[in-house]
Amino acid sequence: MTSDLFRFAAPQAFFPLAGKLIPWFSVLAGVLALAGLYVAFFVAPTDHQQGEAYRIIFIHVPAAWMSMFLYVVMACWAGLGLALNTRLSGMMASAIAPTGAMFTFVALWSGALWGRPTWGAYWVWDARLTSELVLLFLYLGFIALKGAIPDPARADRAGAILALVGVVNVPIIYFSVQWWNTLHQGASVSLTRAPSMAAAMLAGMLLMALAAWMYSMATAFCRVRSIILERERDAEWVRMTKEQMQAAA
Amino acid sequence: MPAPSSCGADAVAQTFPLIVRRELRLALRRKGDVLNVLVFFVVVASLFPLGVGPEPNQLRAMAAGVVWIAALLAAVLSLPRLFAADYADGTLEQMLVSPQPLVVIVLAKAAAHWLLTGLPLALAAPLIGLQYDLPAGALGVLLGSLLIGTPVLSLLGAAGAALTLGVRGGGALLGLLVLPLFVPVLVFGAGAVTSSLIGINPSAHLSLLGAFLAVSSLIGPWAACAALRVALD
Repeated sequence: MTSDLFRFAAPQAFFPLAGKLIPWFSVLAGVLALAGLYVAFFVAPTDHQQGEAYRIIFIHVPAAWMSMFLYVVMACWAGLGLALNTRLSGMMASAIAPTGAMFTFVALWSGALWGRPTWGAYWVWDARLTSELVLLFLYLGFIALKGAIPDPARADRAGAILALVGVVNVPIIYFSVQWWNTLHQGASVSLTRAPSMAAAMLAGMLLMALAAWMYSMATAFCRVRSIILERERDAEWVRMTKEQMQAAA
Repeated sequence: MPAPSSCGADAVAQTFPLIVRRELRLALRRKGDVLNVLVFFVVVASLFPLGVGPEPNQLRAMAAGVVWIAALLAAVLSLPRLFAADYADGTLEQMLVSPQPLVVIVLAKAAAHWLLTGLPLALAAPLIGLQYDLPAGALGVLLGSLLIGTPVLSLLGAAGAALTLGVRGGGALLGLLVLPLFVPVLVFGAGAVTSSLIGINPSAHLSLLGAFLAVSSLIGPWAACAALRVALD
């Protein structure tokens, strides 16, 4: 059983598997997002403090969760690649990074749009906002380092080291920013909302989070297929796949 | 990870001071490089009042942050040279294949980097603090925070310098890689001075800075060794 799974560590074996999985994850992402948005707009009640503006959390919170989770997933793939020297691991880390950066940006952007009506400012130096911004910088650094090294094998290993150093630092950065924020007392607003959240709100948020998860898998697999083709373009099996595609078309 | 080496603790104890002395001697032959970083630090810190105005209360509140950010920028500016010369003339490759553990060599290079950039910056900082009208107590805390915090810049910076070794556009990329990792140093370093200004004991900040130094002395050299092996593969 395990040896069957390990077979997919080879890019050649993983390429068709990813191709088969992408439609499933895409459809799941679409259905879950539709259900989540329906709950978000028609079922979830209006918040008695924030009015309708709170509804942005259905985008904002899943995006923020995914941004942090994807960094950890990326670091796991990177560590695996560094330890076992598997080619696919580095490709997966490269494929996940842009999606993670995108979710980080969405979390920041939707947070700004929510902050304007609620706090009266697009940006406050809240601990969570600031550490999310630093996370965006970490993603951008990872992408930039990979882009700057032409040799893919070297780029994968250098990126892996950076991702591992980053993942150790993320909790320290988060903690330090929180410490800094309590000292400065600049913006005395807190993101903590009322303790009891309506069940419909929670359901909508979870549905959207699952949709974001499925979307991440679909895009990461899509991207990793492109990376595999690009890196293995001289391999025999790629030429055969191409011929099959042309025959099918 | 450094390969298990046959040489014992004696060899380690010999290698470390040997590399530090070599780095210092090389730097003393090119004093300009060392002085430029120090001058850059002073210039950046002196530009802020020109930009924000000479209001003493405002300057006093900003002083710690300005000094620390200037120190971070000066460190980023000096880091590319940490391995570049040895990489260019092949010395680094010899260091990698030598029986001495690479991690000791990297630690020694980081220590020399700190002696040549971090220490002079820390010693110059009280002067800038005076320009910003910091009281004597805060000046001492500023010096202390820089003495504890700047080694972190050399240790984590060594990893960044090794990762960007021989990479095009290395300088700006190095800044992008290491500056986010320096956030805790900036927060605790500047926070120590700010808290002493408002009458809070800064020892909590300084302890956390020391803890971060301990963590980075584990992560930094490990990551730098791994990155050097990748760069010279």
